[in-house]
Amino acid sequence: MDTISIKIDNKNFQVPKGSTILDAAKSVGVNIPTLCYMHLHDLNTTHKPTGCRICVVEVVGRKNLVPACATECLPGMEIKNQTIRVLNSRKTVLQLILSDHPTDCLICAKNGDCDLQSMAQKMGIRHLYYEGEQSKYIKDRSPAIRRDMDKCIGCRRCLTMCNEVQTVGALSAINRGFMSVVAPAFQMNLEDSVCTYCGQCVAVCPTAALTEIDHTVKVIRLLADPSKTVIVQTAPAVRAALGEEFGYAPGTLVTGKMTAALKDLGFNYVFDTDFAADLTIMEEGAELLDRLTRHLDGDTTVKLPLLTSCCPGWVNFFEHHFPDMKDIPSTARSPQQMFGAIAKTYFAEKIGVKREDLVVVSIMPCLAKKYECSRDEFKTDGNPDVDFVLSTRELARLIKQSGIDFDSLSPAEFDHPMGESSGAAVIFGTTGGVIEAAVRTAYEVFTKQKLHKVDFEQLRGMEWVRESTIDFNGTPIKIGIAHGLGNARKLLEEVRAGKSQYHAIEIMACPGGCIGGGGQPLHHGDSNILKARQKALYSDDKSKTIRKSHENPSIIKLYDEFLGKPMSEKAHELLHTHYFDKSNSIEITDN
Amino acid sequence: MTICESNVAKIEAICKEFNNDKGELISVLHKAQNTFGYLPEEVQQIIAKNLNTSLAHVYGVVSFYSFFTMTPKGKYPINICMGTACYVRGAERVLDEFKEILKIKVGETTKDDKFSLSSLRCVGACGLAPVVLVGEKVYGRVTLDGVQEILDEYKEVSAAPSEY
Repeated sequence: MDTISIKIDNKNFQVPKGSTILDAAKSVGVNIPTLCYMHLHDLNTTHKPTGCRICVVEVVGRKNLVPACATECLPGMEIKNQTIRVLNSRKTVLQLILSDHPTDCLICAKNGDCDLQSMAQKMGIRHLYYEGEQSKYIKDRSPAIRRDMDKCIGCRRCLTMCNEVQTVGALSAINRGFMSVVAPAFQMNLEDSVCTYCGQCVAVCPTAALTEIDHTVKVIRLLADPSKTVIVQTAPAVRAALGEEFGYAPGTLVTGKMTAALKDLGFNYVFDTDFAADLTIMEEGAELLDRLTRHLDGDTTVKLPLLTSCCPGWVNFFEHHFPDMKDIPSTARSPQQMFGAIAKTYFAEKIGVKREDLVVVSIMPCLAKKYECSRDEFKTDGNPDVDFVLSTRELARLIKQSGIDFDSLSPAEFDHPMGESSGAAVIFGTTGGVIEAAVRTAYEVFTKQKLHKVDFEQLRGMEWVRESTIDFNGTPIKIGIAHGLGNARKLLEEVRAGKSQYHAIEIMACPGGCIGGGGQPLHHGDSNILKARQKALYSDDKSKTIRKSHENPSIIKLYDEFLGKPMSEKAHELLHTHYFDKSNSIEITDN
Repeated sequence: MTICESNVAKIEAICKEFNNDKGELISVLHKAQNTFGYLPEEVQQIIAKNLNTSLAHVYGVVSFYSFFTMTPKGKYPINICMGTACYVRGAERVLDEFKEILKIKVGETTKDDKFSLSSLRCVGACGLAPVVLVGEKVYGRVTLDGVQEILDEYKEVSAAPSEY
């Protein structure tokens, strides 16, 4: 890499040629503050709107201050990051941003986790100098995401995520001047738009303009109701991220403490979504093998590639954008919904509790799961299989509100029978994990031979689109993997054009998979955090004795006692689903 | 949302004229507005689909430029010049009078679709300030009392359209 010499505050540095002042400064450990810039290094995503103007610096020889995020370093450039002029300008810019921002920090959803608040704190703002006109937008509540545009500072990170990374196109900047705001088309509610609830806009929003719909209070009320049996399931990615909310380093597994905290909170049974992930592999794997065998036998009507269906953001995406292909994804429900369906039948029967008295709560890294559990097809007589979904962030808040000292908790174990899981299940939380888990089981069923090396390194990583061919004892199985909906779109367009060579494709809506979900602790633009979480899940997998879903004793027992075999009639009724055309087509009349 | 087949064909033809290129969105919108007089939701939706871009993006552009409108213009579009000369000679009061009588705001259309109200910058007839346009017809040195008189001219047309 070519480097050039520059000076920042009279110190000499070598920085990469062609980099901006902001990136160059960061590379040598000099912090230049910003409110809009975002660079997700491992995900190849840069958001550089030069919108907030907080990052202004002085360049010796130039009359005006320059935005560091949009100014390229030139050889010999002398940059001043600490002068009174720079500091005062930044303060003025911040004062102007604050001039029309609500000051209800004490009761704000992002209190303590807000980039604007911490910027004001760092810059020592003690008075608001300018009183600007306050906007008064209607608060928009969808099943998963809340929009409060009075709190938008116009950084437009959400637009990059929604339009560039995810290619969903639900949000756009509309109107102009003071009236300019981020909104769906025609300012319709998010619920009526093409939003997939992936929550990536929420994950990058610096303020409380975009937040999750908070269900903690509803869950607290149910926990206090003696007539209800309240059970909880926790998704794999939660254990690798929850610790961050309590000061642990990213990538610290806190499974035991999380389980202990949930028990302290009063959940009657603490179960694991990993159990249902193993169940998903049984069903999805069986479906894959069924399609594959028929394909290899020359059946031309069979739909391949099989697309995974665990991710509700992805399901929403193809229902909105690729409804013509809705018969290609696996019909297997997501682990969350499989858990709910089994809990409210098999488990409710086992403990002798009526369906309506059993409450199923999910802890998810995901906001789309909040919507998923409200879908009509996952209800029986109006009673949902999963009653409430809390994000990882909401669980952290619940624990803090209850006064539980997370750090001093002794690790606890999951309850039985829906707490037992394999290593294959825990890697469901990262991109590549679902398909690796499926391969471990499908290989053994297909070849009728034991798989000795269960680690498929070739399926792992952070690259947006990955592919690999796995040798099923002489039969090459082509696997595609995409994370981020924009990459899913690319693979899907290939499938639509009949150019896809894959037998199976795993898709996760969020960058990194569930570890980077819209409900996770905020990464504040640091993609190293995602990598640390990913590493944690693979090490969790490695530490397990059982690493293949079909070897999970509780799953074997569930089929023996209740379901029969994968894809049985009962399994179809409880564990499979169908998809809808949600393209917002307009009615065309004759004249 | 509904739209008739022949209008869909018109929009598709406009998009095709610009090679369904999303970079030509503004040109497409411009032409569509010339064709339909305004840009209702249905039109934007078909444009978004043909240019392979999001509806939110199309709406973003439509709502950004004041030239684009989503409300149909009235049968008699009224334009009040708010250029400097007209402004200092009382254009704002004239505008207020129109608003008061028609009970609409700038950018709106009366319920009977007869009049719509908008303002513009300098029509180049500063000697006649303040200037009002109704359709193509120019009214100069408009006074507050003159506002009702202008509107009355169009009342007759509407009351007895068969005479024309």
